[in-house]
Amino acid sequence: MENNLLLTYLIFTPLIGSLIILLVKNEKVSLIKNLGLVFSLIAFIISLVIFFSFDSNNSDFQFIHKLKWIEGINVFYFVGIDGISLLLILLTTFITPLTLISSWSSIEHKVKEFTFFMLILETGMLGVFASLDLFLFYIFWEAMLIPMYFIIGIWGGKERIYAAIKFFLYTMLGSLLMLVAIIWLAVYSVNILGGFTTDFTELLKVAPSITRDLQIWMFLAFGLSFAIKVPLFPFHTWLPDAHVQAPTAGSVILAGVLLKMGTYGLLRFNLPLFPDATIIIAPYISVLAVIGIIYGALVAMVQTDMKKLVAYSSVSHLGFVVLGIFAITTESIQGAVIQMVNHGLSTGALFLLVGVIYERTHTREIAEYGGIAKVVPFFSFALLFASLSSIGLPGLNGFIGEFLILLGSFKSGVLNSWWFTVFAASGVIFAAVYLLWMYQRVVFGELKNPKLEKLTDMNSREIFVLIPIFIFIVWIGIYPSTFLNLSEKATKKVIYQVNNPVNVTNIIGKK
Amino acid sequence: MRELIYLTVVLPLSGFLINGIFGSRIKNEKVIGIIGSSTIGISFIITLIAFFETLALPTEQRQLIVSLFTWLKVGGLDVSFAYQVDQLSLIMALVVTGVGFIIHVYSIGYMHGDKSFWRFFAYLNLFIFAMMNLILADNFVLLFLGWEGVGLCSYLLIGFWYDRKFEKSTTADAAKKAFIVNRIGDFGFLLGMFLIFLTFGSLNFNEVFSKANTFSVSTATYGFIALFLFIGATGKSAQIPLYVWLPDAMAGPTPVSALIHAATMVTAGVYMVARCSIIFASAPAIMMVVAVIGIMTAFFAATIGLVQNDIKKVLAYSTVSQLGYMFLAMGVGAFGAGIFHVMTHAFFKALLFLGAGSVIHAMHEEQDIQKFGGLKKYMPHTALTFLIAALAISGIPPLSGFFSKDEILWYSYANVGIIFWLIGVITALMTAFYMFRLYLLTFEGKERFGHDKHPHESPKVMTIPLIILAVLSVIGGFVGIPEVFSGEHGNQFHNWLSPIFANAERKLMQFGFHTHLEEILLMVLSVIIAGGSILFARYVYLKSPKIADSVSSRFSGLYKTLWNKYYVDEIYDAIIVNPIVVVSRNFLWKFTDGKIIDGLIHSTAKLIDVSASYLRKFQNGIAQFYALIMVFGIAITLFWIIMSF
Repeated sequence: MENNLLLTYLIFTPLIGSLIILLVKNEKVSLIKNLGLVFSLIAFIISLVIFFSFDSNNSDFQFIHKLKWIEGINVFYFVGIDGISLLLILLTTFITPLTLISSWSSIEHKVKEFTFFMLILETGMLGVFASLDLFLFYIFWEAMLIPMYFIIGIWGGKERIYAAIKFFLYTMLGSLLMLVAIIWLAVYSVNILGGFTTDFTELLKVAPSITRDLQIWMFLAFGLSFAIKVPLFPFHTWLPDAHVQAPTAGSVILAGVLLKMGTYGLLRFNLPLFPDATIIIAPYISVLAVIGIIYGALVAMVQTDMKKLVAYSSVSHLGFVVLGIFAITTESIQGAVIQMVNHGLSTGALFLLVGVIYERTHTREIAEYGGIAKVVPFFSFALLFASLSSIGLPGLNGFIGEFLILLGSFKSGVLNSWWFTVFAASGVIFAAVYLLWMYQRVVFGELKNPKLEKLTDMNSREIFVLIPIFIFIVWIGIYPSTFLNLSEKATKKVIYQVNNPVNVTNIIGKK
Repeated sequence: MRELIYLTVVLPLSGFLINGIFGSRIKNEKVIGIIGSSTIGISFIITLIAFFETLALPTEQRQLIVSLFTWLKVGGLDVSFAYQVDQLSLIMALVVTGVGFIIHVYSIGYMHGDKSFWRFFAYLNLFIFAMMNLILADNFVLLFLGWEGVGLCSYLLIGFWYDRKFEKSTTADAAKKAFIVNRIGDFGFLLGMFLIFLTFGSLNFNEVFSKANTFSVSTATYGFIALFLFIGATGKSAQIPLYVWLPDAMAGPTPVSALIHAATMVTAGVYMVARCSIIFASAPAIMMVVAVIGIMTAFFAATIGLVQNDIKKVLAYSTVSQLGYMFLAMGVGAFGAGIFHVMTHAFFKALLFLGAGSVIHAMHEEQDIQKFGGLKKYMPHTALTFLIAALAISGIPPLSGFFSKDEILWYSYANVGIIFWLIGVITALMTAFYMFRLYLLTFEGKERFGHDKHPHESPKVMTIPLIILAVLSVIGGFVGIPEVFSGEHGNQFHNWLSPIFANAERKLMQFGFHTHLEEILLMVLSVIIAGGSILFARYVYLKSPKIADSVSSRFSGLYKTLWNKYYVDEIYDAIIVNPIVVVSRNFLWKFTDGKIIDGLIHSTAKLIDVSASYLRKFQNGIAQFYALIMVFGIAITLFWIIMSF
């Protein structure tokens, strides 16, 4: 197969940008900001080029670039994408410049370091979504922890150190097990392929032949690190802390992209590599997902801090995604994929808006607000719009994802019970409760707090950040085919792989 | 024009966008009002032309589907933005655009001077957009888009005056309650859709209904589908147990109450059940549930209506009660009669609300009927039209309400039994009583308001809509004159709708033999009862007002229960809302998250910390100690090697 360098350019553009920024003097703040923005925009443009030349009728990985990297252990620099990863890459390149613009005035000190870390982070995220070698994947997966750790730890709120360390250790714990599992797989492949490899496409042929019991262990080793990242109940307690302490840009990236690495990992690796284990474990993990949907929503409901509320709502929304993945029907997985994008948009917008108001009042306590519709009408509209998208109002994006997930899980043969859907669908009610209740307490009512009277509405920069997000919220809601078509083939392939594990004797026979 | 039916969706949307985006800059109320109203007016004309075109076609060519573009095509699911013109959707569309247009015009007068005039018209247009999606949809998912969309508009419009108080709380509270209670219903609707998809492999009406008519599917499956859908209907159409949001919805501006919470949106549940008649007809047990819930709602809401003093609240409970009649009709298999009542109710209930709005307007936002009285003198047009509406809802012939209500009562008797008829008639008795209590206390008798009020008739832009609706309330019933009077041509309204319900009615096949004499007898009986009730109300509230006081003090327990609406809101708060909040806050968040999960994490960290502090002691920097450890190590290794031989 011929190498295509486009993906590599994409992944490393932000990294190059970050290195260039290192050469600029600290004082040249606006040059640094502009450089950061330019490089993230270049990445966005490259991703658009990839989008337009992507063949959505082809279920194979595309834009493949494969290089020998560490010869001794037969590790490759191997990247390539299918429709699922393409959607998440587009989400990443779309969100990153917006977060940079959004923090134009909120990040005042150490701008250089901030921009540097944000760009590094982007490379890390892109790498995760593009890697087709498990070793490479692991490197990106871990590498991206570091900039996020610093972003929370340096530019965060009062408890930022606690939150940063909790975030770091929680995720580290999971990934160590994943590393063990990767090595085990590579060693196992020696028996069958006759050589040590971490090449995902090769391992796909090998892994499904592992005995069922071992598959379950492998599934759990991979799954734990992904579940923590999602986060799946009960591994979610790092999330509210990290979100509340992180600066707005950090929260947006965290919710918008980072969490999807967990669900992406489950879908990309756990399902096709360990099909037998998937079928066995799916109901259990779905139970956790459904608990997460309801639990996250109920806990979100009683929060007093806006950001924490949105953070817990993520637990609920990501529960839907996990349920969709493990219901293993075309409808539900397609729904899960589009819901990953949706959550990035809606929750990203919600965090941006909380950031906007926090910058003015320096409080996120819901009780401090009330009646601001009168003074900040555009903000009030935007908050309502983002909330409705998150609630899953038909015509906006959230509905498409939730509806497909619920529809798919209802007819799922793997889950084989209505109850998953019945309980999950109750999350639809609770979402309306916590968001509208917050909205009512913040925006409606009488304006009692005198400090709020002088509140200024969103400025043009803040509006400019939201408009593109809102456009996609409507686009996906009305004409989701643009995006659903991209991932359709990849989704069907995963389902096929789960239901028809490769017959390994054939492979061995051919050798 | 039939092919252009989608314009009735697109036009309101464009009105919403224009007023929504530029409204705050236009500033001129007339321009905003004309933009808002004309989009609906034109939609009405389009619908009307489409109606006459359809009328001219032979029955089998009357259905037409106009598909715009694919919306969701995933796996086995394939739904489009596609609009369906048929007998049922046309009736609904005529009511929605027609009554909608009248109320838009009225609002130009009613909302005059409001600081958010433009926002009001933007929301109203958005509502019509959603409502047209709901009734014209050719599939369940698009119907659901409209279904949730009207819920959103209801939310926005109930909370329109977001900084005002409403009863014990705020308008925002009422708005949120409406949305959430509706969502509980939507939860049922969603499950219904999923089960339909699982059973029939499609969510398009034509496919599902034709399969439902031919497939052999178990009664239990039909039962579940029908039950789930009906849960959705109880939310949107304010039936027991989910009716609690509708009385609170009166926090919105009065034209909103007329349009959304009386004439159109709340009938969406009835429409949906009628649309799915074949599914309901296949689940007889659920039909009975529908009928029982319907008649119970009709009855209980009417009892509450007897004692309320807020003019809009009485009308709200009356709406809940009338919706109950419509579901009774659905439950007894009288689908056509139910839709007929949807139409006539839209006329007279919109009229009642707009009349109430006119009074509230004249009395400077006062809504307590005990503080009205003798207003006929000041506002004759409002009084006369209100009287007509009150007569219509009371079922006095030949006004529209008589025909539709009596038809429902007749079918309850003929298809199910005398008991439903009896409760229905008692409800009608109460209806006539509280409607005339309302009318008399407001427009007749002594003036009970202070000198600070200067009631006056409303401007023409408000009274002309009242007059049009009054005319419709009078003649609206003539399209459905029952067979017993109209002879061989039968009931025109039924004939028009019959192809829609033919399959369902064939499945029910329960029409026992009843004579025309029976029908006329029952009809006369119910008219006498309603008429007597009106005369009684007249006697109580005009001749000897003391009776009312002495009755209420004599039965003070019952009176208090009714006044407090059976304490249903309080009960819901105590057994559902508060426990959920308390458990979420104290058990889930503070205990499970805070103590158990984080506790586990923290103690793991602590464990590492503590064990490290012991291990650290080995690294004390003394070389001799390290040497000692080394010797021990070597000794143990050697020992192990030797032992393993």
